Amino acid sequence: MNLTGKFTLQNWPDRPEIATQEGKNKLIGLWLFLGGETVLFATLFATYLALKNRVPDSSHPLTQDLYSLPLVFAMTAVLLTSSLTSVYAIYHMRNYNFKAMQAWFAITVLLGFTFLCLEIYEFFHYVTDFGHTFRSSAFGSAYYFLVGTHGAHVIFGLGWITGLLIRNAKRGLNLYNAPKYYCASLYWHFIDVVWVFIFSVVYLMGMV
Amino acid sequence: MMNTLTAKKGFWGTLWEYLTTTDHKKIAHLYFFAGGFFFVLGGIEALLIRIQLMFPENDFLEAATFNELFTMHGTTMIFLAATPLLFAFMNAVMPLQIGARDVAFPFLNSLGFWLFFFGGVFLNLSFVFGQVPDAGWTSYASLSMDSSGHGIDFYLIGLQIAGFGTLMSGINFLATIITMRAPGMSFMRMPMFTWTTFVASGLILFAFPPLTISIFLLMFDRLFGSQFFNVAMGGNTIIWEHLFWIFGHPEVYILILPAFGLFSEIIPTFSRKRLFGYSSMVFATFLIGFLGFMVWAHHMFTVGMGSVANAIFAVATMAIAVPTGIKIFNWLLTMWGGSIKITVPMLYALGFIPSFVIGGVTGIMQAVAPLDYQLHDTYFIVAHFHYVIIGGVVFAILASTHFYWPKMFGRMLNEKLGYLTFAFFFVGFHMTFFIQHFLGLWGMPRRVFTFLPDQGLDFGNLISSIGAILMGVGAVILVVNIIVTTIKGEKVNVNDPWGDGRTMDWAIASPPPVYNFKQIPLVRGYDTWWLEKMEGNKELPPSEPLQDIHMPNGSIIPIFISLGLFIAGFGAMYVPSNVVGDGSPWGTVFLIVGLVITFGSMLLRSLRDDLGYYIPKKDLVDDVDRGGKAI
Amino acid sequence: MAKDIQYRLKKNREEMRIQFISFGLMAFLTIISFLAVGLGFPASFVIPFLLLLAIIQVLFQFYYFMHAKDEGHEFPMSFMYGGIFTAFLMILAFCTIIWW
Repeated sequence: MNLTGKFTLQNWPDRPEIATQEGKNKLIGLWLFLGGETVLFATLFATYLALKNRVPDSSHPLTQDLYSLPLVFAMTAVLLTSSLTSVYAIYHMRNYNFKAMQAWFAITVLLGFTFLCLEIYEFFHYVTDFGHTFRSSAFGSAYYFLVGTHGAHVIFGLGWITGLLIRNAKRGLNLYNAPKYYCASLYWHFIDVVWVFIFSVVYLMGMV
Repeated sequence: MMNTLTAKKGFWGTLWEYLTTTDHKKIAHLYFFAGGFFFVLGGIEALLIRIQLMFPENDFLEAATFNELFTMHGTTMIFLAATPLLFAFMNAVMPLQIGARDVAFPFLNSLGFWLFFFGGVFLNLSFVFGQVPDAGWTSYASLSMDSSGHGIDFYLIGLQIAGFGTLMSGINFLATIITMRAPGMSFMRMPMFTWTTFVASGLILFAFPPLTISIFLLMFDRLFGSQFFNVAMGGNTIIWEHLFWIFGHPEVYILILPAFGLFSEIIPTFSRKRLFGYSSMVFATFLIGFLGFMVWAHHMFTVGMGSVANAIFAVATMAIAVPTGIKIFNWLLTMWGGSIKITVPMLYALGFIPSFVIGGVTGIMQAVAPLDYQLHDTYFIVAHFHYVIIGGVVFAILASTHFYWPKMFGRMLNEKLGYLTFAFFFVGFHMTFFIQHFLGLWGMPRRVFTFLPDQGLDFGNLISSIGAILMGVGAVILVVNIIVTTIKGEKVNVNDPWGDGRTMDWAIASPPPVYNFKQIPLVRGYDTWWLEKMEGNKELPPSEPLQDIHMPNGSIIPIFISLGLFIAGFGAMYVPSNVVGDGSPWGTVFLIVGLVITFGSMLLRSLRDDLGYYIPKKDLVDDVDRGGKAI
Repeated sequence: MAKDIQYRLKKNREEMRIQFISFGLMAFLTIISFLAVGLGFPASFVIPFLLLLAIIQVLFQFYYFMHAKDEGHEFPMSFMYGGIFTAFLMILAFCTIIWW
């Protein structure tokens, strides 16, 4: 099969991401990786829950002093929307509409970047206004490690999608890069999955 | 165009080929020799330990050196010897057993090896720097946070790099078994070794992330000033113990399950009888894997988790005896009524069953939480896990070295020297470790560098040390065997050198050509190759016409990705905030440079299309003597 | 052939509509969980409620957004559930036997 050849809507397969053996392998491999990531984040959540509000003395801020619901809600809204936009991108990939796919992924990247900026602002706010740092207490260490690892995943996902957008801008969609786009979108959804638990378990449960 | 399959290469050509290879058979060679090297290294450390303990109040080693040696012995043997050696056989055999041309991700396979290799080298460079890890292979946070020098940092960063490689290989094997099976190779027709590779890889997938995180926690505490284990700042050192054992207990199943799989290939082959209770074997493998995640805290009975937690983990631990028992009885019943042929691999299999049962029984004894309070941290524990790891895993590795050597290298290992190795190793092993059960019961604590005379421990330790030397002699004979065979061993010219092979790996040339199967075979049942032989077929039926074969390209990039992490590791060790206090801004610079190399190489890999190459059909038709499925 | 394409486009559009509905539901669940905390219900109610909503939302992500309801996802999902099982055990342990 000619992987890098040009296609039309007529000969474009129904599910381009698994039309080739490489695509099938990549899809399974990425899902397995996400299975491992589930355990990775579970370890971080477990550590966070064990060290939540464990501070040396009462001068340190606790969850209820730190978190603010409006900011977290804004971050959640942005990230959830970015998940929808990447679904749109995959929808257009299946219809062999390259331009629309690129556009929706670009919007996804913008939203992801917005999320990242909000998160950086949030960290900056905690450090400067509360003295809540990675080194100030076990609680701080666990908090920044959990939320920061999620942030690192966002950065990696942004780099991944941006790389795909630039690399393929000129040559269009084919069976070689379709699985790559699909895997990047799965990864992006997984980032949102983790965030669902972060906003529920870290922020909301920290406020009650 | 020159025939790509038969081109001769010089020394540098061969070296380059191994550095860039993505061929699972060559990567198996790399794993075998790197793992073998670390096995010898760990063995030397063990001998030094036993020499120190040969006599009471011996001053052969200092106490600090003794700590370093037992730490490095454990770490090396588990992470750098046993796991890679099993990976060698998985790589060499598993794709052949399922009728695949390669693994699902050949590039990742190579990357996995190089990460392991650079991680192992990083860990062992601690000897060169004279700052060796000394908190035991478990590196409990309360000890390792107080360890002076960079020893623990070598341990953490080395294992982190090697651990990434192991995780990748695990995902790779899983994906391979899920997507790359030949037509007709349904799950319940898969050979047992493929099954155990599958389950062990699943365990790797779920067990290594906790290790990654726990190493990060300790690394951040030691190098970047976080407070995870600092009790004064709200931290808790028990977190490390839990995370380590959430990884560590599945890890022993990651080692033992493939060993079970290897024996499940060897025993039916030399009993010339179908594996008894195949489906119950599969079930037992899954059950062991499943229960393996629910028992970690039996390593921590004496931590004081409370009687409820201890009771739950004790019961779960005892439950594992059931699937393991199923396996033992299945092996015995496979041999029952079979026409047994004694060969070196079979001898190891026969030695394995009673040895492993002893290890299993002492395991159940320790599962009894109240008794564990007595046994904890004594030589009884040391005896137990050596019975399991040597009696199970190492015997499997040695057996398979003989069993698969012709398939991997095209030569038979010398049979007589093989018997000699077995005799020394088997006798030495039981001498070393059987008496240690009693030493433990008599009160000898583990991880202590010496003992006083006339407390009833002198004679037992002497026996134990003599046994260790015998094991060393056995290992040396094996190395000699390998060298002699490589220099003047006769080439194997048949596909099935043992004559009784049952699985598809024995249906193709030894060693197999680069593409394994000229035509992907059609699998008609369990024990595929045996089935065809019994029907008088000389080869496997093909499932596709002879056509061009698609192969993956080699790549040097994995080495650069691993090298980048290696450099970043050194940088991280000397960041200004490290706990040792000898950091400098150069550390940060190296950390960044290393990460740039790693991620730059990854980016390079992503941006360049890699479509592989084709071996044209005409080359295959000419190439009859390279085996595979030729017409 | 053309009819085939028409069918495919229609099928994809139909699926996208379902995706959009599931997005609406997820947004709704998110708002409910923030409200539950914002309105100050007792912790004994809010914590299990939040966890329940999070699980439902994540299932939507998996099965709709990540296409796990499509065929060929048996292995991926069984491994995801394996991971979730391990995750559950670990978090349970860390909430019960780390401090005593």
